[in-house]
Amino acid sequence: MIYEASPIAVGCFFVFVGLTLGLSFFLGRKAKSSAGYFAAHGQIPWFVNGVAFAGDYLSAASFLGICGMIAFYGYDGFLYSIGYLAGWIVALFVVAEPMKRLGKFTFADALDARFGSKGIKLVAGISTLAVSIFYLIPQMVGAGVLVQPLLGFPHWVGVMLVGATVILIVVLAGMVSTTWVQFLKGSLLVVFSTILTVLILVRGFTAEEGGADGHAFRTLGPLTNTEPVRQAEALEKELASTWGLQGATITPAEGAWVDQPFVRIATGTDKGTTVWHLDKGEAGVFLRETQTLKKTADGQVLVNGMPKGTKKGEPELHPVGHVSRLPDGKDKTGSLGPLEFFSTLEESEVVLWGNKKLVHEDGSTTTVYFQKPTAGSRILQPGMHPRFQGIHSDKTLDKIDLLSLMLALFCGTASLPHILIRYYTVKDEASARKSTIVGIATIGFFYVLTLYLGLGAMTSGTLDVTNSNMSAPLLAFSIGEWLFAAISAIAFTTVLGTVSGLILASSGAVTHDLMANAMGMEMTDAQQVRVAKIASVVVGLVAIVLGVLFQELNVSYLVGWAFSVAASANLPSLVMCLFWSRTTRQGVIAAVVVGMTSSLAWILLSADTFSKVYGLDADQALVPFSQPGIVTIPLGFLTLVAVSLATQGTGPAPVAESPAEA
Amino acid sequence: MPTNRSNQRIGLVLFTLYLLLYGGFVLLMAFDAEQLQVTGPGQVNMAVWSGFSLIVVALVLSLVYGWVCRSDGHAEAAGSTQAHDDAVSQGDGA
Repeated sequence: MIYEASPIAVGCFFVFVGLTLGLSFFLGRKAKSSAGYFAAHGQIPWFVNGVAFAGDYLSAASFLGICGMIAFYGYDGFLYSIGYLAGWIVALFVVAEPMKRLGKFTFADALDARFGSKGIKLVAGISTLAVSIFYLIPQMVGAGVLVQPLLGFPHWVGVMLVGATVILIVVLAGMVSTTWVQFLKGSLLVVFSTILTVLILVRGFTAEEGGADGHAFRTLGPLTNTEPVRQAEALEKELASTWGLQGATITPAEGAWVDQPFVRIATGTDKGTTVWHLDKGEAGVFLRETQTLKKTADGQVLVNGMPKGTKKGEPELHPVGHVSRLPDGKDKTGSLGPLEFFSTLEESEVVLWGNKKLVHEDGSTTTVYFQKPTAGSRILQPGMHPRFQGIHSDKTLDKIDLLSLMLALFCGTASLPHILIRYYTVKDEASARKSTIVGIATIGFFYVLTLYLGLGAMTSGTLDVTNSNMSAPLLAFSIGEWLFAAISAIAFTTVLGTVSGLILASSGAVTHDLMANAMGMEMTDAQQVRVAKIASVVVGLVAIVLGVLFQELNVSYLVGWAFSVAASANLPSLVMCLFWSRTTRQGVIAAVVVGMTSSLAWILLSADTFSKVYGLDADQALVPFSQPGIVTIPLGFLTLVAVSLATQGTGPAPVAESPAEA
Repeated sequence: MPTNRSNQRIGLVLFTLYLLLYGGFVLLMAFDAEQLQVTGPGQVNMAVWSGFSLIVVALVLSLVYGWVCRSDGHAEAAGSTQAHDDAVSQGDGA
């Protein structure tokens, strides 16, 4: 699709960024000490901190990724919502209060509270840094993906813009301003998502033949001649006589087109070729119009056979996402109640879009986007996205993969460093608990809305078949330009907020855990803050570079990676330190190292990474399924128990339990 | 060991409860997904209902926890002696 920078969106964005920076300058004047920089002096009110949790947590992946996945695959995206929220139960009931009681600035503080070991500080600091950087990559990629269509800048400009703004925010004031930015963003996201949901329900569903630009996608059939290869001539005649395609000629399949479910038909005097999808279903054989995007070896882009335009009105991919049939043959439902929305969709039919990439011998590629009319009852069931194929598969490994992902989502939240450090910004355990409850309420409410937003986007007629991440902003666009501007600006602050939290967590790990504690460098308080700011700039620059390098990678794929590593490396030692008195220093170090390396290695050797990152055949992967959690999380626990039992009584006795300040 | 034992015990009970619900949902989805196609109240299927329920139950359990532990906030703010007693009486028990 062609995106034109909208003046309102650009204006809105700069007002947001300006306000955010202004706020940071204002609040930053107060934070001079390390306690102020890393933990906002523990003076953040619990309610603000709770909403800030939502701001930290509802990252680009949550907002853009989940909405996009629901818009393209239905219920499956909602499974992420369920899993991400369930993770907060671990955070509240198991981790929140001990974290606040035991630590001072970082996750490593809490882990090391009983031992006073440099080794623990070292491995916990490294694991914080590793998880934060993995989590940073998708946020930066997301930033670029957003900027490109909204403001008309290239991807790398978007990444630089977000990177520079975030570095400014973090360096200016640390945790105080980061927290208020998160609070602002968390509130705006929930408020505007609620408005969008209400507008979706008021709009209801309308049966259409195509997307918002008025292009009707044609479907021919059921056909009598069902073998376009062997019966080409008979089919051409049928197309002319029954379906009104005069002078239709079927282009013989050659090269990459052989054995594909596509038929190329040239029509009219200029013999322009349209690609059709051959759909052999129970109701008969149909030809459905597709959209194609061809990239030639010399970098030209052809849309449906024509050079892609640069302005509105010139050739571009049509926006998609329409309801093709409503219950009882209605044209329009009018406004719907929150439950009626689902019961109506259940009995409707929606045209979803699949895609297939063909690589030609001359180095050019053609991606064919084809219609998939899908029953509403199917859309409201899990199992359509390839990642959730385990649900309808008979293979045990597919099922284990599914369980493994759901386990990583459950365990990952309470192990994310930028979430854990937020427990140090409030004054006591009761506030830590209360702010988690506020966080759960805010995040849970938002996740309920994601199902409405995703399904609303699916039927909005404005989707871009090439980019699912844009679904939520485009949904807003289908309602009004102002709403589009607001949602886009919020999406930007979403990225800003999460990235600043992550950079702060990393700089805390570098300064406090690695340099001050593990390496034993003597630093005054002011020096610590200065070093932390330098570390923030370095981590920020690294994030910018990675964001540019990994721009082709799927955002939610990378987030899943970070969750698995966090859960495997951090959760076993965190939980066992809290609940098992025989845990030893060596046990903790071994568990973090084994959990981190095994989950990383598993991911690097998995079928997902083989096909998506290395471009190799997925069958060559060295591990049996892609999601590591179900193996590496228990492995972390086992390692800790085994090493702890083997090292009982060695080394210094554990330091009596006391807050880290002592 | 942690200073507030009763909070921790309540937390673990509620955690186990939620783990059973979440685990039950995931296992049902993996091994008997047809159950989720059944139509529930308001003509809405069980997949949507169970997803919404898991989110609402998480909030309800967290509110229950917050309500049960509410006295603890005042005690801590006042520099609780109760927490101190707990710590003493706990000894080394795992």
